[in-house]
Amino acid sequence: MKELMLGNKAVARGLYEAGCMVVSSYPGTPSTEITEEAAKYDEVYCEWAPNEKVALEVAHGATVGGRRSACAMKHVGLNVAADPLFTISYQGLNAGLVICVADDPGMHSSQNEQDSRHYAKAAKIPMLEPSDSQEALTFTKKAFEMSEKYNTPVLIKMCTRVSHSQSVVEPGERVVPEQVPYVKDPAKVMMTLNSRNAHVRVEQRTKDLTALAEDCDFNRVEMGDIKLGIITSSTSYQYAREVFGEKASILKLGMIYPLPEKLILDFASRVDEVIVLEELDPFIEEHCRQLGIKVRGKDLFPICGEFSQNLVRECMGMDTAPVLHIDDNIPPRPPVMCAGCPHRGIFYTLKKNNCMVYGDIGCYTLGAVAPLNAMDLNVCMGASCSGLHGFNKVMGEQGEKHSVGVIGDSTFIHSGITGITDIAYNMSNSTVIILDNSITGMTGHQQNPTTGKNLRGEPAGKVDLEALCRAIGFERVRVVDPYNLAEVDAVLKEELAADEPSIIISRRPCVMIKGTVHKPPLKVDTDKCIGCKACMRIGCPAISVTDGKAKIDPTLCVGCEVCTQMCKFDALKA
Amino acid sequence: MDTKNIMIVGVGGQGTLLASKMLGYVLLGQGYDVKVSEVHGMSQRGGSVVTYVRYGKKVYSPVIDKGEADIIISFEKLEAARWLEYLKTDGLIITNTQEVEPMPVITGAAEYPQQLIEKMQAAGAKVDAKDFLSIAQSAGSAKAVNIALMGRLSTYFPEISDEQWQEAIEKIVPPKFLELNRTAFEAGRNA
Repeated sequence: MKELMLGNKAVARGLYEAGCMVVSSYPGTPSTEITEEAAKYDEVYCEWAPNEKVALEVAHGATVGGRRSACAMKHVGLNVAADPLFTISYQGLNAGLVICVADDPGMHSSQNEQDSRHYAKAAKIPMLEPSDSQEALTFTKKAFEMSEKYNTPVLIKMCTRVSHSQSVVEPGERVVPEQVPYVKDPAKVMMTLNSRNAHVRVEQRTKDLTALAEDCDFNRVEMGDIKLGIITSSTSYQYAREVFGEKASILKLGMIYPLPEKLILDFASRVDEVIVLEELDPFIEEHCRQLGIKVRGKDLFPICGEFSQNLVRECMGMDTAPVLHIDDNIPPRPPVMCAGCPHRGIFYTLKKNNCMVYGDIGCYTLGAVAPLNAMDLNVCMGASCSGLHGFNKVMGEQGEKHSVGVIGDSTFIHSGITGITDIAYNMSNSTVIILDNSITGMTGHQQNPTTGKNLRGEPAGKVDLEALCRAIGFERVRVVDPYNLAEVDAVLKEELAADEPSIIISRRPCVMIKGTVHKPPLKVDTDKCIGCKACMRIGCPAISVTDGKAKIDPTLCVGCEVCTQMCKFDALKA
Repeated sequence: MDTKNIMIVGVGGQGTLLASKMLGYVLLGQGYDVKVSEVHGMSQRGGSVVTYVRYGKKVYSPVIDKGEADIIISFEKLEAARWLEYLKTDGLIITNTQEVEPMPVITGAAEYPQQLIEKMQAAGAKVDAKDFLSIAQSAGSAKAVNIALMGRLSTYFPEISDEQWQEAIEKIVPPKFLELNRTAFEAGRNA
């Protein structure tokens, strides 16, 4: 029966129908729901791995064991998984392996806008790119067949608009292939002669896959008016159809690596003018130029940002619909730390102490926005630890006594452990604050190795952060309650002053975790409130000032009482 | 028929996703091709959020662009104004009159604009504005604003029967909140 399905759920459905047995992933917007939805099928073993490298290695290991397996990640996650990716390409499989990667053009929830298609080419791995939910399901299933037939992992490339759009799909039945027996094969050890032979095999495989790309269901020609020919893929195909309807001919590519040659040359010869419509880098365009085809692409359309139908119209010099307009300045509504967020007390204290803050990836990146403005920079998962160490090595005491790294619990497990090991090993006088809110927050509350629960919320192993940090070599490991501003301030000052590496663990669960019991909202004693706005310095969205008095939004306030510690007049009360 | 466009806009955490899920379900039941596009992640943290619902014989783009929306359903007044340029010049805005101050207003860096409803009307928009927060609260919970707004939207779809909306509520809402949401839907419908 037809149903409306999120693109990511459709990938999960494809995994299920293909008889996939293992899914190991690290959450990351916009890829997270692939694994969450797959976990709803009891027949599929699903887990959160500590990071994407581990996830890919787990999934590959499961295929060595003879079962179809998969992993899912966001674009920057593929950077982390790149090491196994390149060699698994050589190594080969014993059952199908599908790697789902979701790009984020427009950076709705990402720190960069990299184009994952380059990885397919660099690692010589075929890549399929669905343009809606039905294709997400079908391509995922077919990816397993391709993977086994050509002995290669297959990348499924999603993007925000395909991952997070619902469209109509027709689900099918699950068919589970027999487990392939494991047989020891000396050629599987990737060294010297074996690796050289494997590389030769991979080059031949790319030739075979190029032949497939010339004539397969993934790539199709839709002839219309021949004045304009558009070569496109993914969500750009949808914009092309939306804007041009039948007024252009379209070569819709679903297999993005390797790209066909003859098919593209034939298409180009049948139309008067060829344009390439693709988000981010000129990946298809450069291939066309290599084939000697005169195309227009990034001279018309931007490399940066997301496309839409109006953007295509504007770039093509076409009219867009008239709009209504009012003159008022509409104030922006940026995302904010939730009321009661345990990170707030930490960032307030860091700002107060004028610290240089090396941030990391998570909800707490919001510590950078007004009025807290308490983050200097961030790069990637884990850089808060290692980057801080490098900073302090050249800054000396000037850095060491005034700088901290700030990293969430899940990010710490992902890539922070190696960074703090560098701090301890190389005896850097650096201070790292682990924001342990007992959940992976930003991506929508996933469990992680510090929470004691697995992906399905069942009891699981639990990393003891204090013991781990001590084992790595930190003598100074402190635990603070971020709701207690005086305590946070005192401990921060002590650890910055200490002449050795320190870890401060800020421990308080995220207020948004399901089932968390909140205290009743606070009240303002309007007789005592003088409207000094001291309480507003913590940037809590539940507090505003109306008619010269503080006002608390009872639907948002969770009674954390951080604001009461800001008030000298005892005007905010439980 | 041409593709029709409905935008659901609000503040992260107001329940816009549930509303779009319900609307998508109802429209699919009418035999339309449907696409619903959401944004997850960062913007959910109290930021401005938007969901696009498109339906028709065959829908291509998953998003709605400026000047294309037939209806904008807004959970908050300022958000209605923020997305006004996405409305067709003869389009309809259904908006909650509730004001949720964004951080720049809270910190005093900006002011919450006044008389937005009147200004949007003066610009040429049809505006159906009501205090859906109070309506939801009277029905039993402030959290049912989304379903109350869906109730209001249903009055603009005479061709869709009450049973079909009810079936969608049943399908989308957890059983223990079913009665509350049915009440909120009715209250929104009759507002």
